[in-house]
Amino acid sequence: MEALFSTVTGFLAASGLYLALRGRTFPVVVGLTLLSYAVNLFLFSTGGLTTDGAAVISDDAARYADPLPQALVLTAIVIGFAMTAFSVILAMRVRGDLGSDQVNDQREESKEEKS
Amino acid sequence: MALPLIVLLPLLGSLVSLMGNNRQRNVLTVMTAILPAIALAIVLVHVPDVLAGNVPRFAIPWVPQLGLDFALRLDGLSLLFLLLILGIGLLIVLYARYYLSPEDSMPRFYSYMMLFMTSMIGIVMADNLLLLWVFWELTSLSSFLLIGYWYHQSEARRGARMALTVTGMGGLALLAGFLLIGHIVGTFDLQTVLDSRELILADPRYLPALLLVLLGAFTKSAQFPFHFWLPHAMAAPTPVSAFLHSATMVKAGVFLLARMHPALAGSQLWLYIVTLTGLVTMIYAAYFALLKYDLKGVLAFSTVSHLGLITMLFGLDSKLAVVAGLFHIINHATFKAALFMSAGIIDHESGTRDIRKLSGLRHYMPVTAVLALLAAASMAGVPLLNGFLSKEMMLTETLGTGILGGLAWLIPVLATIGSLLSVAYSLRYVRNVFFGPKAEDLPQTPHEAPFFMRLPMMVLVALCIVIGLLPALSVTGLLEAAAQATLLSPRPELHLAIWHGFNLPLLMSAVALAGGAGLYCVRRKLFSFHRQFPQRNALMNFEFNVRRVQTWTQTMIDRLENGSLQRYMLWLIVAVLFLTGSGLLDLTQLTGPTPNQPLDGLLIVGGVITILAGVGTAVMHRRRLVSLIMLSVVGLMVSLAFARFSAPDLALTQLAVEVVTVILLMLALFFLPQRTPKESSGGRIIRDVLLAAGFGGVVTSLNYALLTRPLDTISGFFLDNSVSGGGGHNVVNVILVDFRGFDTLGEITVLCIAAIGIYKLLNRLRLFMPSSDSEGRPWSKDLHPMLLGTVSQSLLPLALLVSVFIFLRGHNEPGGGFIAGLVTAVALILLYIARGVDWAQERLSFHYQPIAVSGVTIAAFTGLGSWVFGHNFLTSAFGHFTIPYIGEIELATAMFFDLGVYLTVVGATLMILANLGKLTTPHRPSKENSKETL
Repeated sequence: MEALFSTVTGFLAASGLYLALRGRTFPVVVGLTLLSYAVNLFLFSTGGLTTDGAAVISDDAARYADPLPQALVLTAIVIGFAMTAFSVILAMRVRGDLGSDQVNDQREESKEEKS
Repeated sequence: MALPLIVLLPLLGSLVSLMGNNRQRNVLTVMTAILPAIALAIVLVHVPDVLAGNVPRFAIPWVPQLGLDFALRLDGLSLLFLLLILGIGLLIVLYARYYLSPEDSMPRFYSYMMLFMTSMIGIVMADNLLLLWVFWELTSLSSFLLIGYWYHQSEARRGARMALTVTGMGGLALLAGFLLIGHIVGTFDLQTVLDSRELILADPRYLPALLLVLLGAFTKSAQFPFHFWLPHAMAAPTPVSAFLHSATMVKAGVFLLARMHPALAGSQLWLYIVTLTGLVTMIYAAYFALLKYDLKGVLAFSTVSHLGLITMLFGLDSKLAVVAGLFHIINHATFKAALFMSAGIIDHESGTRDIRKLSGLRHYMPVTAVLALLAAASMAGVPLLNGFLSKEMMLTETLGTGILGGLAWLIPVLATIGSLLSVAYSLRYVRNVFFGPKAEDLPQTPHEAPFFMRLPMMVLVALCIVIGLLPALSVTGLLEAAAQATLLSPRPELHLAIWHGFNLPLLMSAVALAGGAGLYCVRRKLFSFHRQFPQRNALMNFEFNVRRVQTWTQTMIDRLENGSLQRYMLWLIVAVLFLTGSGLLDLTQLTGPTPNQPLDGLLIVGGVITILAGVGTAVMHRRRLVSLIMLSVVGLMVSLAFARFSAPDLALTQLAVEVVTVILLMLALFFLPQRTPKESSGGRIIRDVLLAAGFGGVVTSLNYALLTRPLDTISGFFLDNSVSGGGGHNVVNVILVDFRGFDTLGEITVLCIAAIGIYKLLNRLRLFMPSSDSEGRPWSKDLHPMLLGTVSQSLLPLALLVSVFIFLRGHNEPGGGFIAGLVTAVALILLYIARGVDWAQERLSFHYQPIAVSGVTIAAFTGLGSWVFGHNFLTSAFGHFTIPYIGEIELATAMFFDLGVYLTVVGATLMILANLGKLTTPHRPSKENSKETL
């Protein structure tokens, strides 16, 4: 189970990074979102993978999942949404003002592409 | 204790003079002079005490953690310098009153001057290395202001900049040196450092410490090869030059040599570096002094030359050499200040400082001529004046040195040559300017300066004569006290006398005088000899080099920061791979001792779907809508994973966030191109795939290594204390709103800021709105399908009810402010989608910005509330209450905090989505407004 979980995390991270390396805004935003899924899963797994752990404190609970990574990830999810929203709307603003959805200065981009 | 007053009174004076009026010049002068005069009086009161060998001290801690104390001392060396700084400073204040023209701002001048005086006094009185350094930096800054006083002149600005750069770099080196010494000795207390010579000399860090301290001293006192800033500092008004380059600024460097002498001197290294630097500077600068045509240029180079002489004396390995150095500090200050003042008077009264134009001025200004003649004679070392005495001592000491072994004769020979050059340029200064035929073509007809402008010169020249004639009576006591402080040895017996009988030093003096006169007579040959060398301007060279450094750094910046996001990401990821990869390499094996938990079919299917969807998102990225759908599959699978691994709160949050994220991205996609054009080259794709694969591999390895190792967690504390301390059974929620409430407060603040930022970004944004999708199909005419509208309307109350339920039970069951907020937001957004922004806006007539802001405010005030009850920030209280018909429920103050979270999430989410959605309505207000304005 641990092997499968970490494989999933790795694939998500790799796909997210590949998209983040693209030259247009939308794939970059999608890539960052994907990357944040991977990071959240990773962070979550630092508390161990608990099956059938009790969610709330009760007297007859056999075991609990580690609550601390959960609290951290919960805020990370919401912050991740704020970041995605901000970057995508920045991308729209750039398109509105500059008429382009490229992440790089165009001149530099062509130089970069040639090299 | 009166010691701090000596430092603080001039500092106060710097404020007092700023309050003065530029038109009431006499009042301003008196106002400015009065405070340093009191400080001088305090110093004079201490004179008998200090001459008796006592050292008054004062200390209060300033930043004890750094070892920085505001510690002052008044020993013989401080006394010598204090008399020079305050005495000559007061004379300069008087002189400047007449020198500055009515257009110059006198309050500003005096204020800078007093600030500079304060910093100099601080240097010489500091009893703590770090405090000394603080004042040292202050002299660099205030001298920058003084040199650049005429800031409308380019020369002044550039000269000031160069002085600041050179002395500022030296100051940094000095700080490093002091820190090293502090580490060696273990304290920055001056006395302890001075008493630890053996410890310091034996330490391997002695060499860097010495070099750094000397770098500081040499840049400050303009020693070769750092001498070049001083001549360009002559762009300052002459009173500034007279003060900075006779008694203060440059003397700070030689003061440092004297101050650190007990701690650092005594090694071969010190002997050679300091002596030879001084000697080279002395001869090199004296040669250039002879060639200059500008009166102040002559004086500037002669200053450098005499500082070289003093430096050389401090380097020599004899106690009397140090005494001679201290003596020459006094003598140089008196005659050089007088000479600068004479140059200022000449410039002021005749309008030029060019030696080639000036001639026969003794006919116009006889008194100034006599005074300048006497001061220049002292500089040349003519007997019966004070310059002669210290020069004789210097020549005596060079004869006795053991430096350079068999070539030791070279030192006295070179010293004699230096003196000879000094005689030649002194003679040239006096003879060319004051004698000869009356100059006719001067910019203005010269006349004698006002009496009070000449008075400071008279005082200084009188001192030259008194010290020269009666050394035993006038300065012996002071010199003995200063030497005692510098050498940290019992007081040496000094026998200063004019006549020591016929001996070798007297012969050397005579040779210097005669040779100097001879050289002066043949100076024209020297000039034409010098003319064959290309003339170089130090300022130009300096600025050229500075510009070259700038160009170089700009090139480096351009190369590193070329505007390509990919390039930055590349560096970042390579660094991450390197750091984490090297950490993984250190593991003996990837799999840890904890065994894998068994897999089941459901998990495998879920894992495979997630991987496929994730990879699909990347592969299909050029078809953006498909990619987005794949992304939403990943989000859904992630939330299922959270549910599977016992994290219901996370699953709910992820699910709700997934909905808003996808809606947001779809809205954005409406305005952005539907497809990504193919533009990456094959090589680029291979590079990125390799990079991504490497990154994914590292993440997987790291995650696997982590998961198969025993877990050591601090969560036991939260599980144990959640009910008793936080009053809630849902530990995750209790952590969020109670244990780690401060983090959550910060987090919702960020959320709110992001939403406000987005709101501003969307303000007056105008975008092209496509009427069809990328394949040319027009958008559906049915903007608001009735089915959706009906469903959403009937769902809304239900959804709101659910969110209240989730909110209320959040403390004890899965739920809470975050999830409830997201559920509410999703319900409202659904209404927007189904009915359109206009329809929704009419019925939901509130703004979301105040909601988000009030959420943060409520959360913050809940935290502050616990202060009222004397608890720490965000301490929660809880109790059980019985509500009729509902039963007993538990209420905690954390509930208010959670309410703040709820409001922030609702406000921020809707602020983002509703405002973005507004752009899609064809008759949005911003567009109409802009049309009207057009």
